[in-house]
Amino acid sequence: MIDTLAAYFAYPFVRYALIVGVLIALSSSLLGVTLVLKRFSFIGDGLSHVAFGAIAIATILDLGNNMAVVMPITILAAVWLLRTGQHTKIKGDAAVAMLSVGALAMGYLLLNIFSKSTNISGDVCSTLFGSTAILTLTQLDVWLSIGISIFVILIFLLFYHKIFSVTFDENFSQATGLRASRYNLLIAIITAVVIVLAMNLVGSLLISALIIFPALSAMRLFKSFRAVILCSAVMSVICAAAGIIVSILASTPVGSTIVAMDIGMFALSYLAGQIMSKG
Amino acid sequence: MAQLICKDVTLGYDGKPVVHGLNFSVEAGDYLCILGENGSGKSTLIKTLLHLHPVMTGSIQTGDGLTANEIGYLPQQTLVQRDFPASVTEIVRSGLLGRCGMRPFYSKREKALADENMRKLGISHLSGRCYRELSGGQQQRVLLARALCATRKMLLLDEPVAGLDPNATREMYELVASLNRNDGITIIMVSHDIPAAMQYARHILYIGTPLFWGSTEEFRSSGIACHFQENPVQKEAYPYD
Repeated sequence: MIDTLAAYFAYPFVRYALIVGVLIALSSSLLGVTLVLKRFSFIGDGLSHVAFGAIAIATILDLGNNMAVVMPITILAAVWLLRTGQHTKIKGDAAVAMLSVGALAMGYLLLNIFSKSTNISGDVCSTLFGSTAILTLTQLDVWLSIGISIFVILIFLLFYHKIFSVTFDENFSQATGLRASRYNLLIAIITAVVIVLAMNLVGSLLISALIIFPALSAMRLFKSFRAVILCSAVMSVICAAAGIIVSILASTPVGSTIVAMDIGMFALSYLAGQIMSKG
Repeated sequence: MAQLICKDVTLGYDGKPVVHGLNFSVEAGDYLCILGENGSGKSTLIKTLLHLHPVMTGSIQTGDGLTANEIGYLPQQTLVQRDFPASVTEIVRSGLLGRCGMRPFYSKREKALADENMRKLGISHLSGRCYRELSGGQQQRVLLARALCATRKMLLLDEPVAGLDPNATREMYELVASLNRNDGITIIMVSHDIPAAMQYARHILYIGTPLFWGSTEEFRSSGIACHFQENPVQKEAYPYD
């Protein structure tokens, strides 16, 4: 088995896949803790469907680079969703659900009406469930992922305490002079960026898994914010690496394999948490 | 000059006014209790004092060395906080962020201040514990320590004894009274508890019809208290957010 692995790792695209996969898993797990605690577990799902709709539009317009359309639309949706959380007539979860379903349906509708491809269901399936895209990454994609991941990690290091405070108690932070809305905006933008990136890896449908599972697993085990963030990052990286390697060896779909690993990790953490609280 | 002056303030949200013609001021070292029935505009007043809401008309000024961001706030607990994984130290220190500016980490002096406030409130032994596993009274002390990290001058407490048992309630009132007495911290407390307000507060602001602002003795003789007590406010079944 090690020989097989070594043979695979001789190919640059396998190494790229591993690097990008691990970095995206790391970034999304950092964000995940905040999003889960802010009761925005579903935002990954919603935004990835918005990105799906945006991809449909980009495909129809036949633009060379989808990112130029997908990224701004997703960021706008993220800002709108995180802002509506508190004071509006449509509550946060309803807004996410509405946007999510709406974008998915409109995207599929548009793709069907203005079809250019002979295999729409194939295209849709690979956008939703992740494709072999991760194995066809170019060097540019790899550098882009590295750059954005470093950006996300830096933001977390620089604003760690502020993100904690805004997540724990937005009103208090604002009352003591922290510009809570500014940090919410920051979180929204990073979320959108990470989600668009992660679509390459696991596809729209499974992005929520990357965001929520490591955070939820870590919360079973640890009781301070810092420990939960660190543990969530470590677990996510392990699951992503293991998932990619297993998917190569067993020729399973990459995205679903990573999510299966995350589910396994959650089950273990849950059990460990139960045992710890009794013992 | 007083620390806080409200002049002809109209409170409201979403363009709908809730309270008209609100006038009161708070001197340094004062203990003001804000009373009123549910929906009378108490929460709106708090949010306005904290600059979370704009005033509709009139003005709210701070003075006597108090700046707008120096009001320590003890909010009612939210649902989010009930299962939030955070240690006591992490929460208390987050009260320091207002003075950090863009600096990403706490300085030694700031950490020492947080430790001192935990000692003052008798929660030093809990510093490593998880917030969600503490009793209601302990959680309130943690949030109070956090508020103290944000201010040395004024505390704004939003129903600090909601959901506490009688013992913890008494301890909380005594703690607040001693901060007012011994540390000279101005207290503004929103409350439902008229007997406690009469016992501890120096001034009362009653929001309702009629509006009332004056000393506790004046409030007692005004008869509003009796009327208010005849229609006891139903405790909300679930006071968290």
